[in-house]
Amino acid sequence: MKKRTSSDLKVDLGRLKLKNPVMTASGTFGYGKEYSEFFDLNRLGALVIKGISLKPMKGNPVPRICETPSGMLNAIGLQNNGLKGFMKEQLPFLKTVKTKVIVNILGNSVDDYVELAQQMEGAGVDAVELNVSCPNVKKGGIAFGTEPAAFEELIRAVRKKVDLPLITKLSPNVSDIKQFARIAEDSGSDIISLINTITGMSINVKTRQPRLANITGGLSGPAIRPVAVRMVWECYKTVSIPIIGMGGILSSDDALEFILAGASAVAVGTGNFLNPTTTTTIIDGIKDYMAQTGIDSMSALTGALKCPKRP
Amino acid sequence: MLSVSNGLDPLLKRPFSIHRILGDDLQFLYRVVGKGTEILSSRKPGDTIEVLGPLGNSFPVRKSNKNIVLVAGGLGIAPIVGLAEKISHSRQFLKKSDEMNGPLLFYGAKTKNEVMCREDLESLNIKPIISTDDGTFGIKGNIVTCLKRYFSRHKLMTEGCTLYACGPEMMLKSLSSFTAKKGIHCFAALEQNMACGVGTCLGCVVNTKKGYRRVCKEGPVFPIEEIIWDKL
Ligand SMILES: Cc1cc2nc3c(=O)[nH]c(=O)nc-3n(C[C@H](O)[C@H](O)[C@H](O)COP(=O)(O)OP(=O)(O)OC[C@H]3O[C@@H](n4cnc5c(N)ncnc54)[C@H](O)[C@@H]3O)c2cc1C
Ligand SMILES: Cc1cc2nc3c(=O)[nH]c(=O)nc-3n(C[C@H](O)[C@H](O)[C@H](O)COP(=O)(O)O)c2cc1C
Ligand code: FES
Repeated sequence: MKKRTSSDLKVDLGRLKLKNPVMTASGTFGYGKEYSEFFDLNRLGALVIKGISLKPMKGNPVPRICETPSGMLNAIGLQNNGLKGFMKEQLPFLKTVKTKVIVNILGNSVDDYVELAQQMEGAGVDAVELNVSCPNVKKGGIAFGTEPAAFEELIRAVRKKVDLPLITKLSPNVSDIKQFARIAEDSGSDIISLINTITGMSINVKTRQPRLANITGGLSGPAIRPVAVRMVWECYKTVSIPIIGMGGILSSDDALEFILAGASAVAVGTGNFLNPTTTTTIIDGIKDYMAQTGIDSMSALTGALKCPKRP
Repeated sequence: MLSVSNGLDPLLKRPFSIHRILGDDLQFLYRVVGKGTEILSSRKPGDTIEVLGPLGNSFPVRKSNKNIVLVAGGLGIAPIVGLAEKISHSRQFLKKSDEMNGPLLFYGAKTKNEVMCREDLESLNIKPIISTDDGTFGIKGNIVTCLKRYFSRHKLMTEGCTLYACGPEMMLKSLSSFTAKKGIHCFAALEQNMACGVGTCLGCVVNTKKGYRRVCKEGPVFPIEEIIWDKL
């Protein structure tokens, strides 16, 4: 029998080198510490931290979450204790973790993002992920991630100022995600990650009230997986930078769907809530799949989708 | 947090308080209100249910708390019974009378059928003051009104007591205005929609004087005076 080593699972996302392709999705894993009680965080390919803004953000009123068929809606409102709080309270713990630490950043202006990215570079994190699903206050509040010109300006501005591996997290709430993937690549993003949540809404018919205080929220979980897999596949055919795929991943088979569609790595979000050890189960499952199919490198699996020829 | 299904429906775990711990047994007391609790009620002896916990804090009973009074509304009785057991052993409670040598407990329910745990309470030597909304059992009316009446009648006895409460938001809210007026210490166990149960999703917050706090992590028990009720 073939000897299995952990090197089987190594992936290179350009300059960002991971010990395995499984990471956590921003906003679903806190700052890491909470889950360190349940398993060894060092097993993760990377840890992606909850979105950080320059100033602390209070977040939305409750109810902030509600369950929907095979998924959940959330309108947390980006609650976080800001850059200073992060540096003081969370960073020291993250420095002790022996895996890659990626920080998700968000702002209301290009300058916010640039400042945050520079600070993160200075703090020694391994990469930054731009959460572009935030309103661009100077441009009437339309999200950076849904307006091509603002999206491009943002990525170029950050790229100019930081050398750190740059991940752009794409919003699915657009008519053609390929267009945004292409702009991200052309503007200097090293990696793209997708998908962020899909905007949704749920109503309690008894009370006639929306189930979330914010009225609308972001849909995540298995309900969005087919949409996410399709978007990863479209982006894979469009760009040549590596892709981190996410959206409803609960098992290694789910993760492999994304990888076969073209993702080099995957992230688990809502799946952490169902079971704190979802990520490690997936790592083991991918390893088993490789052993069973005799595939010895992750790169041989990325985009290895077989589309039968039509007669 | 209990996993109620093995599939995708319902997707999320459901939060429950620990009712009692008896030897190696962990007891939960719940009411069927929807899909999750419905599935739970169809489980048979010998089935396995995944439990994530214990999570969050519990009622903070200090040695100095001599005169503890308990308040439960509806299913809020679940954690209160366990607490009653604990303080019965340490004898830190306020007695209702000399004949009944157990802690003073106010317990409100909608109707007679929903009054639970009477045998458990009896075995702990507790004779609760019970009220039902429809008057089918005990005193007719709401339990906070009963409690207020009791406190005004027994002024001397109730001085320096600490209240521990669990129940619907309406009950806790009216309790909080009473305890604030009288300067009584009170701790309340709150409920909120939950996803992760471990403090990462920030879905379960309550608005407090110190800002938003997570019910699953910093809670579910909070000093009642810290809660900002009108902007929960
Ligand atoms: C910290 C904490 C401790 C709890 N302890 C207990 C306990 O010991 N025993 C117990 O029976 N329940 C307890 N609950 C409430 C319990 O979690 C809910 O009843 C359960 O999640 C409902 O799941 P479901 O799938 O059956 O209902 P769903 O399908 O989710 O909901 C069905 C209906 O029930 C209502 N509902 C849902 N959640 C609640 C809630 N938290 N309170 C009131 N109504 C609700 C919904 O609005 C809806 O109308 C606790 C909740 C929290 C947050
Ligand atoms: C509670 C919650 C909070 C989230 N917070 C963030 C965030 O701060 N920044 C971000 O880029 N994405 C955030 N997301 C989106 C996730 O990172 C992920 O893109 C999405 O949930 C899809 O993956 P999933 O179906 O595995 O959860 C959040 C998702 C959830 C459920
Ligand atoms: S349920 Fe996720 S933070 Fe409390």
